[in-house]
Amino acid sequence: MTTSHAVTITGPTGEVVHEFRCAEDQSVLVGMERVGRDVIQVGCRGGGCGVCKVELVSGDVAKRRMSRAHVTESDEAAGLVLACRIFPRGDVAVRLVHRAADVAA
Amino acid sequence: MALTGVLRPGHMQIRVLDIEESIEFYTNVLGLIQTGRQGDRAYFKAWDERDHNSFIIREADSAGTDFFGFKVLDNDTLNRLESDLRAYGVTTERIKAGDLLETGERVRFEIASGHQIELYADKKDVGNGQAYVNPAPWTPAADHGIAPSRMDHSLLYGPDIEKVKDLFVNVLGFFLVEHILLPDGETDLAIWLSCSNKAHDIAFVRNEAPGKLHHTAFLLDSWERVLRAADIMSMNKVSIDMGPTRHGVTRGTTIYAFDPSGNRFETFCGGYQAYPDWEPITWTFDEVGPAVFYHDRKLNPAFLDVYT
Repeated sequence: MTTSHAVTITGPTGEVVHEFRCAEDQSVLVGMERVGRDVIQVGCRGGGCGVCKVELVSGDVAKRRMSRAHVTESDEAAGLVLACRIFPRGDVAVRLVHRAADVAA
Repeated sequence: MALTGVLRPGHMQIRVLDIEESIEFYTNVLGLIQTGRQGDRAYFKAWDERDHNSFIIREADSAGTDFFGFKVLDNDTLNRLESDLRAYGVTTERIKAGDLLETGERVRFEIASGHQIELYADKKDVGNGQAYVNPAPWTPAADHGIAPSRMDHSLLYGPDIEKVKDLFVNVLGFFLVEHILLPDGETDLAIWLSCSNKAHDIAFVRNEAPGKLHHTAFLLDSWERVLRAADIMSMNKVSIDMGPTRHGVTRGTTIYAFDPSGNRFETFCGGYQAYPDWEPITWTFDEVGPAVFYHDRKLNPAFLDVYT
């Protein structure tokens, strides 16, 4: 059994929407799906489509490459990430920033 | 039907975030054959294709599609179609032979949906591993990974698809096979076009953002092979979007899934043989669910929202 960590998903104003345990070898997005939730919109799960963009509020994560069409360098500096490309290395909190309808490109 | 003019989808180039991870995926999970590597690009063909490459991946910082190319009958056809495109008001450019491995000169142009489309006449025949005299029916590559027999078609997302349809029908000789209407009952949400007697060689869905990729489709021979593809996807933890199921449009059986960079691909079987004298099949907006996913009878949110 891989080490797991607590993940907290909050709404745009900081209210807790969902909490779950996520294994280190699962992305925050897929960990959320495993427990039957869809509070973060699920898209390609590969860093390409951008619909699962969230703000990483706190916690250590391992990141994999994300499409610069959806997470620019300044986005990333501001803490924006794709939930499908972050893997928890400690307890993590992420905040919802939009739904897919807001994805422009 | 005598196939002349534009023959078939010939090559697709997509962008991937990590080329080594993608080569592993396309070779050992999807089961394409790698036929070349050149700089930041890797070249593949499906086992039963004869030309050197049909699917090219390029490492980049975003996912999506670079261009989609059609093979035409010969160089006279290529010159004629380029002339017809220019007369229609389309700007074309020539890309020199060899820019794509083992591929002749290409004519490239942008269509109203924002996609780069190419025509070419020459690509090296490397065969499917069998002789052209007394061949066996298949090769060991036909069972490696999902192992589709060919890159079959693509569904692209972008604006102004009525302009796209006009160009494909009136300049390139395609015909409309099926379409889905918007609630106004007149405007197309989606169009399926053929240059052969396949039910589709290329399709478009109306979308605000231009130049987007919904999926590249790879052909399987049977529904059982579609189920086997789903098994292989789950065994390899591939991100599945939908299926196995059936489309109402074209009646194909299908799985939508994503490559490691989030580019959607389809492994499908079936669909009918279409002819250019046939009346196109129309789907009304209130039946868009079964048109796209016949068993669920509804779209999943990803169908319209998720593309690269």
